[in-house]
Amino acid sequence: MKNSKASTYLRLFITFLKIGAFTFGGGYAMIPLIQRETVEKREWITSDDILEIVAIAESTPGPIAINTATFVGYRICGFFGALMSTLGVVLPSFLIILAISFVLREFESVKIVQYAFSGIRAGVLALIVKAVWSMYKQCNKNACAYVVMVAAFMLTAFFDVDVLAVIIGCALFGLASSIMAAKGTKR
Amino acid sequence: MIYLELFLTFLKIGAFTFGGGYAMLPLIQSEVAAHGWLDEKALVDFIAVSESTPGPFAVNVSTYVGAEVGGVLGSLCATLGVVFPSFVIILLVAKCFEKFRESTVVKGCMSGLKPAVVGLIGAAVISVGKTVFIHDGASLAVFADASFYVSLVIFALSVVLAFKKLHPIIIICASALLGVAAGYLPI
Repeated sequence: MKNSKASTYLRLFITFLKIGAFTFGGGYAMIPLIQRETVEKREWITSDDILEIVAIAESTPGPIAINTATFVGYRICGFFGALMSTLGVVLPSFLIILAISFVLREFESVKIVQYAFSGIRAGVLALIVKAVWSMYKQCNKNACAYVVMVAAFMLTAFFDVDVLAVIIGCALFGLASSIMAAKGTKR
Repeated sequence: MIYLELFLTFLKIGAFTFGGGYAMLPLIQSEVAAHGWLDEKALVDFIAVSESTPGPFAVNVSTYVGAEVGGVLGSLCATLGVVFPSFVIILLVAKCFEKFRESTVVKGCMSGLKPAVVGLIGAAVISVGKTVFIHDGASLAVFADASFYVSLVIFALSVVLAFKKLHPIIIICASALLGVAAGYLPI
């Protein structure tokens, strides 16, 4: 019994190590691979579980990859399962970036790298624009949502309001307006 | 103490980011800038590195900033910090899964947080845009600068590619090539 538990820990760790090492961009890019590894290959959880886990991961703070790994690990093997899968998903990025951080600065002074990055910065801006668009598509489109969107944008971009204050304020505003809406329908 | 500061700062970032990926960009920008750990340009460059390496953006960026500021131990502290809140919160949520899903408080907060994230990333577009297009101080002289137009062309092209759903790595490679070409062309 003890032996089989240890081997499940190891399998969780290796599975999420693989998921961490082979998804570029993180977050949603990880979901199909997690599905293949944990549902189809291992049959640890069902695909309905995956949908629920993603929904939970979206409404809790932190990166989706970490949330999902922790949740799947916990479902299968409790606290230590969660620990193993989270360690597994983080380790590849951690090691790769650590290695890169030693050489990135060396390359920065090379002329051709400077030219490349001046182009890349414009490309990254485009990727962020795309991210705004996909977030916008996922969002509810009612008057309240538009007010929050514009307020968060203006306050952060032009009035230098603390980002943390904006996040907390918007959450409270959403809470207040949904309570008010619920009261309205009761009457 | 720098290690504790790294841990706490990334703990804050991990605890208040909803939606993963670029949703955490505005908070990272403001925190990292407030501590003077990385300038805006280096951060944008790193987004490109993160898109081209496996793993979640949150883990990548915390590892990198940690390594730049405090070496291997620094990167360990920052990464632990960014992962910790998700890990703990998911463990708690996993225990009372049903209650959390049906909670009106969670739903209410999320109805404010989702549009807030759209606005926040929108604000990131403005600040990253400034880094990309305005090289030395905002003035009309920007429009006489050849590099402004080079960036504009690369940005426009990348937006088209991004909305055609090309992989971010392809967009980064293409914009790097264009940047190098423009650098060596006599304009």
